[in-house]
Amino acid sequence: MAEAPPQAHLHRVDFVVIADMIAKGARVLDVGCNDGGLLKLLSEECNVDGRGMELSQRGVNECVARGLSVVQGDADSDLEQYPDQAFDYVILSQTIQATHRPRYVIEQMLRIGRQAIVSFPNFGHWRIRLYIALQGRMPKNAALPLEWYETPNIHFCTIKDFVALCDVSEVRIEEQIALNAQGRRVHLGGGSRVANLFAEQAVFRLTR
Amino acid sequence: MSAAKKQPGKPTSDKDNLPCSYARFGPDEPLKLDCGVDLLNLTIAYNTHGTLNADKSNAIMICHALTGDQFVASEHPITGRAGWWQYVVGPGKPIDTDRFFVICTNVLGSCMGTSGPETVNPETGKPYGLEFPVFTIADMVRAQVMLLDHLEIPDLLCVAGGSMGGMQALEWAAKYPDRVCSAIPIAAAAKHSAQNIAFHELGRQAIFADPDWHGGAYALKGTVPSKGLAVARMAAHITYLSEPALHNKFGRNLQDRDKPTFGFEADFQVESYLRYQGSTFVDRFDANAYLYLTRAMDYFDLSTEYGGNLANAFRDTPTRFCVISFTSDWLFPTSENRAIVEALNAVAANVSFVEIESDKGHDSFLLDVPEMFAAMTGFIDAAAAPRNIPQRAA
Repeated sequence: MAEAPPQAHLHRVDFVVIADMIAKGARVLDVGCNDGGLLKLLSEECNVDGRGMELSQRGVNECVARGLSVVQGDADSDLEQYPDQAFDYVILSQTIQATHRPRYVIEQMLRIGRQAIVSFPNFGHWRIRLYIALQGRMPKNAALPLEWYETPNIHFCTIKDFVALCDVSEVRIEEQIALNAQGRRVHLGGGSRVANLFAEQAVFRLTR
Repeated sequence: MSAAKKQPGKPTSDKDNLPCSYARFGPDEPLKLDCGVDLLNLTIAYNTHGTLNADKSNAIMICHALTGDQFVASEHPITGRAGWWQYVVGPGKPIDTDRFFVICTNVLGSCMGTSGPETVNPETGKPYGLEFPVFTIADMVRAQVMLLDHLEIPDLLCVAGGSMGGMQALEWAAKYPDRVCSAIPIAAAAKHSAQNIAFHELGRQAIFADPDWHGGAYALKGTVPSKGLAVARMAAHITYLSEPALHNKFGRNLQDRDKPTFGFEADFQVESYLRYQGSTFVDRFDANAYLYLTRAMDYFDLSTEYGGNLANAFRDTPTRFCVISFTSDWLFPTSENRAIVEALNAVAANVSFVEIESDKGHDSFLLDVPEMFAAMTGFIDAAAAPRNIPQRAA
């Protein structure tokens, strides 16, 4: 897994959605926790027993200096260390696209946690489709500033793709929330087709 | 500095009057050692800093490394140097003595006032020498537990230490989980590696080879095995540094000369430095203590009592851990520290793991390394928050 790019906002919209999904006092592992923004939010708002795993040593050291329990580790290989069903929730926020083995990571998350929460940018958004259609090149914008050959994001997917992965992995989708560019919920209406076109990101809560 | 320097052959009774506290246990309170011996009349020399709060919830035990002592944050009575962890322990420091009550003992078997081979054996009236029983890291911690009971402190906010001190912190957490709220093993390992045992054996052989050692009975002969101990220290000192650190500090620079002497004087600065390190060490350290302490480290493998699986040592542990390693430490490399973290993860323990970029080698934990201070500060303050301890002054 490559190092995630620095995040623009401390309280990203998906953080708020994730915090809403989590029961008070739960045991939580945040995989790819970056500078600990979500963990801090969850420990303050939900009083969770929170742990983090982060690839970049700089991110880890920042987290620990903020009083968070975080270890250096790689989602692609180090989740194996944890025992079965050790956490109530295992979170992967805006990180799945940077993993080498997304399917394996999701399966590991549901082995060590009773529930998994995954948030990811939706590559099916109309603006991205239009960009590729008109420019004929991989999209670059404020959220995706890097060239295709430099980006750590090697496994982009659409909401539809993610649902397909849940299908093949026999993972149950308990809840799915799609967010538009303003961070407002996109109502799924006639199935995920609308969401897949108009949502900029999605948050899924999964179980086995 | 007014304290007298230890002279070769001089009796060591001055170790009973160091600027520190002493806890003396009677013959009815033996320290039960792993080797099966009951050590009677145990004395523990220790220092404290800060004030124990009314709840007794703010005590921190600091465990020193192989050649450290209880002078963690106060001037060393022999060398006159500042406390060995002056950057970490003190008012407003990561281990903040304005808020925490810090205890640092001279470990069992060392030579700064705690019972060890230099101590007089009450049965013979002579220094123990090699009659002192061989002890382990677990025995060192048992002695610290006796002190904690003596001070009537129920549990520790934190146990922290580097190198051999980190081994003690791990031992504390494994054996007394209910008395250890948090632990910071730094540049440590859950077992002493073959390479590290080999280096220790080298040091011990240097001491054995010194004719002034007299089978450990040098106190009776009025000699000090200075040469052997100095060589042991020189070899060990190399392992505490790193190739880049030595290169940056000395390179191939010559010492007070323009060209080589075509002899065996200390032509190179690095030689001169090592000789100095060796010669000053013998002023403050006892050769037999060095033998015993290195042996205790060699015997350390926390997993052996747990079926060879380190994770079992920490099953259901309530202790929070912060493991810290340094990139250039080849004596206790990151891989050894990571093995501790993996064992803790295997039981879903509450663990943080910080690897710090440093070219200073194993000794980094003793140096001015702001990233280590930031990690320790964040970790300790988070552990202190639920224990009714005031917040750090901004």
